[in-house]
Amino acid sequence: MNSIWEYANPKKFIQTTDKVLPWVSILSCVALVVGLIWGFFFTPDDYRQGSTVKIIYLHVPSALMAINAWMMMLVASLIWIVRRHHVSALAARAAAPVGMIMTVIALLTGAIWGQPMWGTWWAWDPRLTSFLILFLFYLGYIALWAAIENDDTAADLTSVLCLVGSVFAVLSRYAVNFWNQGLHQGASLSLDKEENVADVFYHPLLVCIAGFVLLFIALVLLRTRTEIRARRMRALLARERMG
Amino acid sequence: MIALLVRDLKLAMRAGGGFGLGLAFFLIVVTLVPFGVGPKSSLLAAIAPGILWLGALLACLLSLDRIFALDWEDGSLDLLATAPLPMEAIVSVKALAHWATTGLPLVVAAPIFGLLLNLPVEGYKPLILSLILGTPALSVIGTFGAALTVGLKRGGLLLSLLVLPLYVPTLIFGAEMARRGVAGLDNTTPMLMLAGITCGTIALLPFASAAALRVNLR
Amino acid sequence: MMPELGKYADTVLSAYAVSIVLILGLVLVSLLRAKKVKSQLQEVEMKAKGNG
Repeated sequence: MNSIWEYANPKKFIQTTDKVLPWVSILSCVALVVGLIWGFFFTPDDYRQGSTVKIIYLHVPSALMAINAWMMMLVASLIWIVRRHHVSALAARAAAPVGMIMTVIALLTGAIWGQPMWGTWWAWDPRLTSFLILFLFYLGYIALWAAIENDDTAADLTSVLCLVGSVFAVLSRYAVNFWNQGLHQGASLSLDKEENVADVFYHPLLVCIAGFVLLFIALVLLRTRTEIRARRMRALLARERMG
Repeated sequence: MIALLVRDLKLAMRAGGGFGLGLAFFLIVVTLVPFGVGPKSSLLAAIAPGILWLGALLACLLSLDRIFALDWEDGSLDLLATAPLPMEAIVSVKALAHWATTGLPLVVAAPIFGLLLNLPVEGYKPLILSLILGTPALSVIGTFGAALTVGLKRGGLLLSLLVLPLYVPTLIFGAEMARRGVAGLDNTTPMLMLAGITCGTIALLPFASAAALRVNLR
Repeated sequence: MMPELGKYADTVLSAYAVSIVLILGLVLVSLLRAKKVKSQLQEVEMKAKGNG
């Protein structure tokens, strides 16, 4: 009986995360501090981009997590639909604001970076545009959770929205690619791919990515615990009113 | 099914909401644009396909919350749910009725509004074709949004927030197809993509809408 | 100890500032809410036990 589904029991989940959460939090703090300090103080300037290359340590990990958070919500929604574990639905709910903040960080650091590099805060580049759309999807998802009073109804509807939204998010990504090429040829402002980043920048970047992943896990665990407790509280209050 | 379709169409006609409101809204958008960007006819001609598409999209959005709201309030939605008709069929018929009362008039009216915006002559065919191909997708996606928010008291604003991001691919390919047609370029690729999106949404989204509706009726 | 950031100092520093403020804000909000909900739940549970 030692399967992963054991953690679908809210009590078990809280007990386990009681032990795990401090470790994940500490690890994420360490990774973030090491990665960011390494990146900020001990890496050379890029010959083309000057010191702005240091923004990569925030921009790339947050962008990665913005997408991964949505993936995690998608998986959690699927688990909720198929196996109806409440923890799963609540974890998806807990992850959404974290993912949204990551999207905002990616967009803001991108804009700040783009200003000196491309001479503009914002361009309708495919990547920028698809992140803006992703941000809108997060907004809608969170708003739907907030609008529905019944917990189970909200979990069901947001799961359906997450599934449909994922399909449309992917569609939008390709549509946007197509659209921008259609507008102005060869105006690719996209960032260097990871392969193009020299080792000096790559190692601290890896540490930062690990830090962001751990931070995401810690935050989602913490927020899921909060959601579980809030849900239990609502249930208790409802029972009290009935009795 | 046909009875349901006829009933929905009749209701929309009688309430005067369906045909009139959407078209009036479309006309107002088209009238306001020159005030916003200036009356230069070359500029208007250049942005006409995009404006017409945006206007159609917004007019579509305007009437979405009516798809299920009235039936929800007077309880006929519960009756429909217990009818022998599968929920997916109900949702599809609702989307079809919405398209017939909003999408179709918009398509028919688009040439007249194109005239107002100095749309070049060669642009009419691709524009109308793109609207015919694209507006069914708008209705089907909108029905999904309406099914999600049917039980909510202040669902209108939320509905727009949910549905607009889902409209992005349709809008991009539809407007791109019209724009390329106006410019005299080859627009086969966006046309195929648009048709693909429309067919895909018509085939798959009713299942999601029906699921959402079932949850809301539980 | 401050590295030489050259003419892009404002850019880099503002990017770091914005991100760190956002992340800390998120962490803080999450922690505060966790604390609040935990204490509220305890209160409600105590009450429920008292009644039952």
